[in-house]
Amino acid sequence: MEHKRTGSVIKINGNMVTAESDNFIIQNEVAYVVSGQEKLKAEVIKVRGKTAQMQVYENTSGLKLGDKVEFSHELLSVELGPGLLSEIFDGLQNPLPGLARQCGFFLKRGVYLPALEDSKEWPFNPLCQTGQIVRAGDKLGFTQEKIFKHYIMAPFSLAGDLEVVEIAPEGKYNLQQPIARLKDETGKIHPAFLKQSWPVKIPITAYRKKLKPQTPLVTKMRLIDSLFPVARGGTYCIPGPFGAGKTVLQQLTSRHAEVDIVIIAACGERAGEVVETLKTFPSITDPRTGRPLSDRTVIICNTSSMPVAARESSVYTAVTIAEYYRQMGLNVLLLADSTSRWAQAMREMSGRLEEIPGEEAFPAYLESRIASFYERAGEVELRDGSIGSITIGGTVSPAGGNFEEPVTQATLKVVGAFHGLSRSRSDSRRYPAIDPLISWSKYKSFISEEQVAAGQAILRRSSDISQMMKVIGEEGTSLADYIDYLKGEFFDFVYLQQNAFDKVDEATDQKRQKHVFDFIYNNILNKRFVFSDKAKALHFFQSLRQLFKGWNSVEPSSEEFKKIEQEILLLLKENTNA
Amino acid sequence: MHKVYTDIVEISGDVITVEAEGVGYSEIARITTSRGVSLAQVIRLDGKRVSLQVFAGSKGISTQDKVRFLRSPMRVASGSNLLGRIFNGSGLPLDNGPELNENLIDIGGPPVNPVKRIIPDKMIRTGIPMIDVFNSLVESQKLPIFSIAGQPYNDLLARIAIQAEVDIIVLGGMGLKYDDYLFFRDTLDAQGALSRSIFFMHTASDPIVECLLVPDISLAVAENFALQGKRVLVLLTDMTNFCDALKEISITMEQIPSNRGYPGDLYSQLASRYEKAVDFDTAGSITILAVTTMPGDDVTHPVPDNTGYITEGQFYLKNRVIEPFGSLSRLKQQVNGKTRDDHRVIMDTMIQLFASYRETLEKQSMGFGMSDWDKKLLRYGKLFEEKMMSLKVNVSLEKALDLGWEIMASCFAPEETGIKKSMIEKYWPGIRQTKNGKD
Repeated sequence: MEHKRTGSVIKINGNMVTAESDNFIIQNEVAYVVSGQEKLKAEVIKVRGKTAQMQVYENTSGLKLGDKVEFSHELLSVELGPGLLSEIFDGLQNPLPGLARQCGFFLKRGVYLPALEDSKEWPFNPLCQTGQIVRAGDKLGFTQEKIFKHYIMAPFSLAGDLEVVEIAPEGKYNLQQPIARLKDETGKIHPAFLKQSWPVKIPITAYRKKLKPQTPLVTKMRLIDSLFPVARGGTYCIPGPFGAGKTVLQQLTSRHAEVDIVIIAACGERAGEVVETLKTFPSITDPRTGRPLSDRTVIICNTSSMPVAARESSVYTAVTIAEYYRQMGLNVLLLADSTSRWAQAMREMSGRLEEIPGEEAFPAYLESRIASFYERAGEVELRDGSIGSITIGGTVSPAGGNFEEPVTQATLKVVGAFHGLSRSRSDSRRYPAIDPLISWSKYKSFISEEQVAAGQAILRRSSDISQMMKVIGEEGTSLADYIDYLKGEFFDFVYLQQNAFDKVDEATDQKRQKHVFDFIYNNILNKRFVFSDKAKALHFFQSLRQLFKGWNSVEPSSEEFKKIEQEILLLLKENTNA
Repeated sequence: MHKVYTDIVEISGDVITVEAEGVGYSEIARITTSRGVSLAQVIRLDGKRVSLQVFAGSKGISTQDKVRFLRSPMRVASGSNLLGRIFNGSGLPLDNGPELNENLIDIGGPPVNPVKRIIPDKMIRTGIPMIDVFNSLVESQKLPIFSIAGQPYNDLLARIAIQAEVDIIVLGGMGLKYDDYLFFRDTLDAQGALSRSIFFMHTASDPIVECLLVPDISLAVAENFALQGKRVLVLLTDMTNFCDALKEISITMEQIPSNRGYPGDLYSQLASRYEKAVDFDTAGSITILAVTTMPGDDVTHPVPDNTGYITEGQFYLKNRVIEPFGSLSRLKQQVNGKTRDDHRVIMDTMIQLFASYRETLEKQSMGFGMSDWDKKLLRYGKLFEEKMMSLKVNVSLEKALDLGWEIMASCFAPEETGIKKSMIEKYWPGIRQTKNGKD
């Protein structure tokens, strides 16, 4: 690169700073505003003639007109390499524990730390020979990061066939020592390191093809897995009013979901919730690996009081790290809480750019931004034939809990599953508060379609009858209708609802879900019951519910499990009409 | 000395524009007019045009008045000299005491690094059973009191200020009626709580810009104490006035409104204040209780709605009591397991029974006959409302728990409450006494 390009500040409005430069300017490049000793990171978001409008990722107090601006020639990028797992980053990938060591209680502006420790040595095992031809994203070797084989890949930024002219032998290397030299088609030699960097707003596409998401991603939440499943490589959203349990749902998913790596993007939400995750995860053991949950987790934390512009980039930082691990053939789950805060960050910036506003003052490009974010999910076949996936689950915080607002509507257009939370369910303590009457999923469940349809049908019927009963009273309802109502309530209470405070009930694996759903389908949903009156019916379903609740909190391998199953069968036998 | 500028080229609302050079963003300036002196803050820089928000309002400013830039951001004095003092939104004394200029700290400082926070686990006792027993207030919690005009929310705040077990109280008043301000001052003074309190008061007749400063200035002072290991409770009333001031100013600034005229960054503005609530790893804490009046009792109004997404629960003050349904302390589970072993039992059982009482009331109003059980519930509900819910009740947590057992025992047989046997044996009045008698 030639000499450094610079400019000077000509306008300041909140965190939007306009600079003038005699040189060329690159859209979305990173620039630094120099104010005394401090250098504040910014991103060019609009270029007009010789001026660049930039969003500054920091508080802009004290900046002056005429302050120097240094353009970096680089797009906003993240570092990708071993050492990301169990880290806690802010939206710009600054490691928060490192910042705390350096600056204490507060996030001092203008302090940026490298995301990965350059001097740390990692064992490297080569997987290719000199003379071999590789392409961007192909595996050059691997190192061990926690329980994962962390593949070191040919830089994603290189194009065409690359010849390996040199590959490091097995040994320990730090992040600044080259482990390979690659010659591209023009004869230029590029070094490769254990880490590489990648611009966050551009998807990594070094794979052979994108596949249709088909394998269910087991979250161990019965309501989701059985009725409104999520597929590996799929997308889903959770809109809901405040207090309906969005964040608790995300926390449960991050703990129990059957994936290799979970990336949590805490975007513009409460700091307290992130604190809970980051303080408890190191001491919770992941039953699948026997290791702490934090070993498979990366937290991107840009909570509501942290700079708004960095909030906008935090979801991109998160999804880029997800894409990096997908390239290794791993299954990654990205949980973004909350995409509404991300959309609001775009709205704030759009307002300062004086763009013509769309609905509720959101920018006109809101929909396309949301769509292109969710489109970065997907299951892909890599060039060596292995499969990796990113599943994205985003919460939405609609204003007033009303789903008819731009962010919810734009999200619904692009996701594969919708888990709508309702205030009435959470008020009556029915958790998870996903409303089965409004939610949907385009993915296939491991429960048969016929059974799913029967489950949904009884829920709808039960709700219709309960509405009717509010008008005509219990007396006016026929016994058959009343039994259907009880069936639906029973299904809701013992299957859809899960007790997050019960060790066994909080997570139900696929095998158990199938077994129990089969049981309910065959013995209850599909059976006719005969009772002499409503009180008898009510009493029967109450006892059934009680037995089932006990069953739900018993380990499936225990003797107790079989015993309760027999008890339930016995009770059913006494009351069904064969 | 600092250069003085006299080229005011625009006055619109409380924002003036002056042509000047070398000015820093967010810097404070002093404007001398024929009416006196006011502070102002830079809110926009565009070429030579510097826009300033005038704290005392722009009424009477002449285009040739003098503007002097002070080369620093907004600051406030800090430290124990502030205790017992009353200031306005700009930090000037309202109580005839001397102006303070020591230990100046910036207001609206940087956010706390999340990894330096700890999981909150200390309860703040208030002597109000509806809070202590049913929705415990936890150190570092941020909780709004959702209410409507005419409800005794300021009385409630004053009571909490007097009784809460904390080291320091910072009270920020926004758009208060002058008599409310006097009420706070006199009540706290009479109860001897003034000496551990600091007031930042903006009354409805004060300039609107000062209203915006109140939360920042209150929280900056609170943060300074918290860093010295003090447990600080910040009481803010009324945050809806703060939001309305934001709305007024952003519209004057020709910003595009998003929802009912409020600016698009309302959420971030509120969050940056509420998120100052913190329990510092190795230092003190800040707890925030903020009154949010709901226009038209509508919880989906942008102000309570955005607040609800930020805070850790809410208290609903309705019909002069804290309504048990709808009120929620998200952090109560962190503390109510460690108080007395019957705390959660009382909390759950009494609320369930109270819910049944409400259902019975509904049945009664529709003219259905009352069963024996219904009659018991009616009796219970009445007692609960009188002895627990009424804001006049003022007892310690332990007394309130005992009272809970008494109320239940005077209405129900033990098994009707569904409480575990071991708890009944330990606490149920009649049974407890006979058992103790045998010992």
